[in-house]
Amino acid sequence: MHTLSIKQLSERLQSKQISSVELTRYFLQRIEQLDPSLNSFITVTPELAITMAEQADALIAAGNAHPLTGIPMAHKDIFCTEGVRTSCGSKMLDNFVAPYDAHVVTQLKNIVMPILGKTNMDEFAMGSSSESSFYGATKNPWDLNAVPGGSSGGSAAAVAAGLVPFATGTDTGGSIRQPAAFCGISGIKPTYGAVSRYGMISYASSFDQGGPMARSAEDNAWLLNAMVSFDQRDSTSLRMPEVDYKAGLNDSLKGLRIGVPKEYFGEGLDPEVAQLIRNAISELEKQGAIIVEVSLPNQNLAVPAYYVLAPAEASSNLSRFDGVRYGHRCENPRDLKDLYMRSRAEGFGAEVKRRIMVGAYALSAGYYDAYYLKAQKVRRLVRDDFTRAFEQCDVIVGPVAPTAAFNLGEKTDDPISMYLADLYTIPVNLAGLPAMSVPAGFVKQRPVGMHLIGPYYSEAKLLNVAHQYQQQTDWHIQMPATADVSGRA
Amino acid sequence: MRWETVIGLEIHAQLATNSKIFSAASTAYGAQPNTQACAVDLALPGVLPVLNKRAVEMAIRFGLAVGAVIPPKSVFARKNYFYPDSPKGYQISQFELPVVSTGSIEIEVEGVKKVIGITRAHLEEDAGKSLHEDFHGMTGIDLNRAGTPLLEIVSEPDMRSAADAIAYAKALHELVQFIGICDGNMQEGSFRVDVNVSVRRPGEPFGTRTELKNINSFRFIEKAIAYEVERHIDILESGGKIIQETRLYDAERDETRSMRAKEEANDYRYFPDPDLLPVIITPEEIEAVRATLPELPAQMRVRLVNDYGLSDYDANLLTSSPQMAQYFEKLVATVGGEAKQCANWMTGELAKALNRDGFDVAQSPVDAVALGGLIKRIVDNTISGKIAKQVFDAMWAGEGSADEVIAAKGLKQITDSSAIEKIVDDVLAANAGQVEAYKNGQDKLFGFFVGQVMKLSQGQANPAQVNSLLKQKLS
Repeated sequence: MHTLSIKQLSERLQSKQISSVELTRYFLQRIEQLDPSLNSFITVTPELAITMAEQADALIAAGNAHPLTGIPMAHKDIFCTEGVRTSCGSKMLDNFVAPYDAHVVTQLKNIVMPILGKTNMDEFAMGSSSESSFYGATKNPWDLNAVPGGSSGGSAAAVAAGLVPFATGTDTGGSIRQPAAFCGISGIKPTYGAVSRYGMISYASSFDQGGPMARSAEDNAWLLNAMVSFDQRDSTSLRMPEVDYKAGLNDSLKGLRIGVPKEYFGEGLDPEVAQLIRNAISELEKQGAIIVEVSLPNQNLAVPAYYVLAPAEASSNLSRFDGVRYGHRCENPRDLKDLYMRSRAEGFGAEVKRRIMVGAYALSAGYYDAYYLKAQKVRRLVRDDFTRAFEQCDVIVGPVAPTAAFNLGEKTDDPISMYLADLYTIPVNLAGLPAMSVPAGFVKQRPVGMHLIGPYYSEAKLLNVAHQYQQQTDWHIQMPATADVSGRA
Repeated sequence: MRWETVIGLEIHAQLATNSKIFSAASTAYGAQPNTQACAVDLALPGVLPVLNKRAVEMAIRFGLAVGAVIPPKSVFARKNYFYPDSPKGYQISQFELPVVSTGSIEIEVEGVKKVIGITRAHLEEDAGKSLHEDFHGMTGIDLNRAGTPLLEIVSEPDMRSAADAIAYAKALHELVQFIGICDGNMQEGSFRVDVNVSVRRPGEPFGTRTELKNINSFRFIEKAIAYEVERHIDILESGGKIIQETRLYDAERDETRSMRAKEEANDYRYFPDPDLLPVIITPEEIEAVRATLPELPAQMRVRLVNDYGLSDYDANLLTSSPQMAQYFEKLVATVGGEAKQCANWMTGELAKALNRDGFDVAQSPVDAVALGGLIKRIVDNTISGKIAKQVFDAMWAGEGSADEVIAAKGLKQITDSSAIEKIVDDVLAANAGQVEAYKNGQDKLFGFFVGQVMKLSQGQANPAQVNSLLKQKLS
């Protein structure tokens, strides 16, 4: 059943071939058996899941259930879930039980999609490998020596291993797309503002965006419909145009202009990855798309600008974690200063501390103009590059990452090298554009993802292109050997 | 060698919105600790601010009332610092682009009018309260106040004396109440004044200034300035330098003390708040707010003096609060004119009764319409001014409207000439000796006869008619 698509699961539930309770128990059992070797979950919530599954079955029996009702799912542990620990992968919030639900959580609870648990992630969403989690690294189900990517590594691994049909993720510099690529699944980061950030613990406010992670573009389309909604509690929430993201999935790609930035295929891109992407682009061409060379001249400035702006915002967003009202508090504080310093020193991991320091520095008196202000100007340049490129093409295609998944521990001593690997995904967050990752092959048995970027509000088009690609390829259908439970004792 | 004092004021006015500037929690004063702090005020993980439109409207009202520029775009910025009464670890304030730009207000000090510049006014959120008593060496944090909207009003350093400073503070205190944006309650912390003081030799550039905080009355402003100016002069005259710092005013000892043991300059690392959009204000919105502004006290005073011929004293009293001004307007409207008489009643009998019983004009048992009814009866000669005072007292005691009291007590003025004439005749007949004495030149006895007629008529005979009839009969 873990190989079924969302659509198929929906059909079986609605026709009562299977109940939500059965389905939920099925996945809970898979989690129990397989997750110890993957560590993709921080918290599993069997009671909550079964209670919701029972509610779902009642709704389905009554005959007026939403098509997604009863399909189990998991939330990245960055979304506040009422009554459930919400840790953000950090010791700082290890003891934090959220007293309210994030908007996204409410949306999906209203549809009654049983929550199996909260997935692992880089601490406070800062990272590209899920290795900085207080709860230990998540392993890539395709190769247990490899990282699953980050920061939504837990969600990606859980979906890839068939522990859950769908999970939520968040993406600030690539944290949905890159783990999706590394784990061979599909994930989409919508236009900034499309998904409410209320209850989604902030890392970098002007970059953060939530989105679905599942095993196909079609699955993502179903889920994006449920996740996109205006929320007045988030001042940056958009009133998105009313779109059914499934409706255009089968539109023909004939005449679609695919932009390929000339800056993408330079040094640093693994030649095998490059080849897979070129193959993918050819596949789109076969379906009638026209390939256009475009240019993103300021592409190489995006990573440095991001690593000034995102830490700056983070340094301020994380100030609330002070040991006073909730979260980790040091023992026997001597005075206020000691309370602050020890609680934060103990509660935060190394990468978080690095980013807070970098961010505070970039905002400090005497440096604000040279760093923060300058980086904001570069941000506009990067955005303008895309605006110009989209005059000549409809969708931009390229690699998600310069390599397939790297090994666990390989980059932990070299944060800069990890930062530089975000060169394709980061510009998208600087501009606030929607973008997707879909599986496009393997390099040494580790998955590789194709990156699709569109203009604002073009989620439906991206899903359409991805879906058409997936009709002609089977990368997205393949599952890792670790997903196979049979034969285990 | 003279020293010139230079003063600037920073005033924080709590805006009278129902809910907080960035959350829906109530701003009502006096609740149990931490019962009016919602998830957003507590800075729980994942919460976000949403701007209260009314706070912006109030800021615009203020800007218009001081003739200020309202920029079309303003931006909220984060002021980053750690303190337990600031749950987010930053205060949402405004830095480079405040909602109100340069304006001014006129003050009057000892009869001399002066214009004080206002550099800017910006919106920000208030912090919670730190309570040091009752917690045995620890501090209790009450976050009810956290998130209450503040308008921080910064003056130009245009004041040259404590009198200037007090006049300015009072003018703003009156203004913000008048336009309905702040209740001005200094005891409850709705209106907080910080004073920046420096001295210089006339003609020289500004000296180093110090900031004085924790002054919660106009009287203390004067004392704090006096102390600080002397402190500056003492230091400078003995060859020392003023340290730029914040000092607390201690009212008990009448002195200022440095707030920090060592100078810890706070770098607030201001940057635009990415959780909030820039505030765009259109000319249409500004005009819509302008249309709801009441007449400002200064304008009203000019009108009262010029159009109604009232004295400056009366004009000041009648505009001393929005409630007084509203009462006066309603009173004149009810009477249909007679502004001078209305003013007299307000500054006379009404003020006396309010003071005696400790009422605010808004709590007056005799409202403007009721008093207007009474004054109308004087104007139409139903009762005399003297009787009216009796009626007023009865109305104050709750005995009804003017007409009801007049009827119940039979206080209608006697205007029937023949009735008055009869009383006059009776009085003259009963006092033949005095009549004789009057006719022989004792003019002062006229008052005696008037008194007797009034006594016999229980004060209700129309005095003018009494006078003319007596004159007639005694000549």
